Amino acid sequence: MSPSVPLQEMIRAIRSARTQCEERGVIQRECAAIRAQFRQTDNGGRSHNLAKLLYVHMLGYPAHFGQMECVRMIASPRYSEKRVGYLGAMMLLDEKQDASLLITNSIKNDLSHSNQYVQSLALCTLACMGSAEMCRDLAPEIDRLLRSSNSYIKKKAALCAVHIVRKVHELGELFVPSARSLLSEKNHGVLHGAVVLITELCERSPETLERFRKAVPDLVQIMKGLVISGYSPDHDVAGVSDPFLQVRILRLLRILGRNNEAASDAMNDLLAQVATNTDSTKTVGNAVLYETVLSVLDIKSESGLRVLAVNILGRFLLNNDRNIRYIAMTSLQKIVSTDHNAVQRHRGTIVDCLKDQDASVKRRALELSLALVSASNIRSMMKELLIFLSSCPPELRAHAASGIFNAAERYAPSKRWHIDTILHVLTTAGGDVRDETVPNLIQLITNTSELHCYTVHKLYRALLTDISQQPLVQVACWCIGEYGDLLLKGECQETEAVQVTEDDVLDALEIVLQSHMSTPTTRGFALTATMKLSTRITDNVDRIRSIVSIYGSCIDVELQQRAVEYNALFKKYDHMRAAVLERMPVIQKNSLGQTNGELSEEPIKESQPGKVKQEEMALPQQPAGQVCDLLDLLGGSQEPLQPSSSVGGSASAQLTAAPASAGGDLLDLLGGFEPTPLVPAPTVTVYEKNGVTLTLICERQSESGLTVTLTASNSTDSDISSFTLQAAVPKSVQLQMRAPSRDSLPAHGGAKLTQLVVLNNPNKVNLKMRIRVSYTCQGSVVQDTVQVDSFPGL
Amino acid sequence: MIKAILIFNNHGKPRLSKFYEHYNEDTEQQIIRETFHLVSKRDENVCNFLEGGLLIGGLDYKLIYRHYATLYFVFCVDSSESELGILDLIQVFVETLDKCFENVCELDLIFHVDKVHHILAEMVMGGMVLETNMNEIITQVDAQNKMEKSETFIFQSTRQDR
Repeated sequence: MSPSVPLQEMIRAIRSARTQCEERGVIQRECAAIRAQFRQTDNGGRSHNLAKLLYVHMLGYPAHFGQMECVRMIASPRYSEKRVGYLGAMMLLDEKQDASLLITNSIKNDLSHSNQYVQSLALCTLACMGSAEMCRDLAPEIDRLLRSSNSYIKKKAALCAVHIVRKVHELGELFVPSARSLLSEKNHGVLHGAVVLITELCERSPETLERFRKAVPDLVQIMKGLVISGYSPDHDVAGVSDPFLQVRILRLLRILGRNNEAASDAMNDLLAQVATNTDSTKTVGNAVLYETVLSVLDIKSESGLRVLAVNILGRFLLNNDRNIRYIAMTSLQKIVSTDHNAVQRHRGTIVDCLKDQDASVKRRALELSLALVSASNIRSMMKELLIFLSSCPPELRAHAASGIFNAAERYAPSKRWHIDTILHVLTTAGGDVRDETVPNLIQLITNTSELHCYTVHKLYRALLTDISQQPLVQVACWCIGEYGDLLLKGECQETEAVQVTEDDVLDALEIVLQSHMSTPTTRGFALTATMKLSTRITDNVDRIRSIVSIYGSCIDVELQQRAVEYNALFKKYDHMRAAVLERMPVIQKNSLGQTNGELSEEPIKESQPGKVKQEEMALPQQPAGQVCDLLDLLGGSQEPLQPSSSVGGSASAQLTAAPASAGGDLLDLLGGFEPTPLVPAPTVTVYEKNGVTLTLICERQSESGLTVTLTASNSTDSDISSFTLQAAVPKSVQLQMRAPSRDSLPAHGGAKLTQLVVLNNPNKVNLKMRIRVSYTCQGSVVQDTVQVDSFPGL
Repeated sequence: MIKAILIFNNHGKPRLSKFYEHYNEDTEQQIIRETFHLVSKRDENVCNFLEGGLLIGGLDYKLIYRHYATLYFVFCVDSSESELGILDLIQVFVETLDKCFENVCELDLIFHVDKVHHILAEMVMGGMVLETNMNEIITQVDAQNKMEKSETFIFQSTRQDR
């Protein structure tokens, strides 16, 4: 009775189960039986049970209870049991299991067994799942086996040594002498193992690499033997003599010849010979040729040989077999950085491969095409890439889109072309672009002032056709908001004129606002755009007011906040509206992430919150500009002051604070308070009026950094609310205001308000600070400014 | 290095799964499912190389597969292996199975999984190619099978003696 019969019965039973549930039932019964049998000691069918368990494991059912049984089987003297035991060890055990330690001793004994097949079992298992400790223990044994006379054992020992070297790098040294001597073997299996071992050793340590360079002539000799020798039935695969060994040796030669003139010279002839003599009609021949080409291109070969190699690759590219084309493109990718011109010659074929039906070939062609884009071929390549983008498989879209953007940014021949390309990508693959695309595009558009009219017309038309691509819609809304007046003027040199009425524009924006396809960010863009249009159009301001007020009760907090602020802008601060919503200044190239350095600390790479913050930050630029003007009016124009805003504070604080000062309550600075006494004490009172006191504590944190703590208190009889502080410092000083501890001051000094201001003064200029205090007391808004010229504690 | 060797049929049922790196059972099954999903979508006349498996590897890994009648033979390898070489290796493997089982078909693989494992162990060891000469492999496998048979024979005869 062969050991497999009970296994076959079980397999038959499992296969006859008609449903998954039935199969589970059968397997559970079998596993229970197996478990029971494991518990009994010596019975004849142990190997059957373990074999059954392994089958069950392959189907995916838990089999960990077989681990100890594997250990027991390995220790058994019988070959059949050992065989199954080792197989089970390879499948069920790994270094994380405790049971794996127990087999170390068995393996050690089996490595010295008289029967070569038992030895081979042990070697095989060690190579598959040997842990570092096991490897360390058994390495000397393996080295001994490498020197044995049995070639079957030698070849297995060689590969086992490779595994050991991978696990424990230091043991590589141990195997170097044996590896060297193995090169003189005749048996191809042993040679193969030896070459793999030497490859691994050379890759791990440069000193070993140096030593093995001396072996290059031997390797060349072996290769010559393989290439020139006649038909040898043992090793022949489709006409090529042992292609696997040839490929391995070529790879080793590549590693040895890299960056080394002498070794490369020794190989030149051989490589030329292989390249010309190998038959390339079959896959095997191509495998060898391919490896040769890679080797030629990697070592310091002579130029004639390199040309030959690239030509071979070119021939591969035109081959009908897709596999060969794929391989050719993979290797061209490796050399595109070093031999760029050579690869450029094949650009046409590569671009044709973009249209191939095979997804793998397309992927390779895309990578290669993106690497081949240069200033001279940008227009034609981009055309091809855009065609590809419209029909490419979804998993490649994001990669293609970002590749196109990079290429366009680096080699754009004209701004208009650049904008057109980006718009094209957004219309075809808008859902797959990265999030920085929107702010980058906006910045690009702002900087191209001559094309504003053209851009906004194009975007408007794109918006009318399709509002599902979010990045496109966002950019379009932003542009319509900014340049709506240009859109309404109607005429534009670059595109045909189209009459657009105010109603049309507002309709378009409303559709975006109400569409279920728009994300909250997009809606935010649209709402802001609608608001901006209120200063650029003349007739439909009421319509805008009504749109904005509707969103004042929107569930989305972001939209609600914006709508409420805009409402306030309409109602209380109508006189400010024009100034607040005027055209944005040109954004500085690098400042999209910093905007004057004092705003959001979070990196802009964050997607959704990043985008929202962008919008938020863009807006306060306006009132900040406002504040700057007002501060100038106050007569402090000797040094230009840099306005600030609170970090994390909402834009509303900005908007409400800024307009308040326009009422004209500009106090005479110097008369408004007592001059700051130059007291050595760190706490200084900088402002005291109407019962509100503001004190300042200054501490030096580092070479150029210091923190200022402002404390406010209220000694009047009534509560103070909406207390805000703003600070301005000379231009070269960087300022960051942290969030205040509270925003109201109860009467009679019930609680104090503190706010931390972090300053960085790298140029060590004379530090001055202007602080604006504003609060509401007994229903009236009070605002005051105070200048601090000297900081105690500095 | 070869990371895994999988054989499954046109419906995704695994016929052989050999992993040269350790994964737990759930992950192994997931890998088999994902590989089947990727490979079954392929057309008949496209190339035999696939990239884009998420579970079993990162950027460095490819799937090299061949489709024979009802079975897919899939090797998951990294960039240190020659792709065309592995393609040939699959061919050698199938031819060896054919010789060992006499016109091998799927049923042979189902009922003699352990035998297939032993043949594979003669060809690939520890994720590296060991022997590619078909005759050599078959000789060794036959010798080992003979040894096993002789043992059971002895065992049975001792039993009968009692």
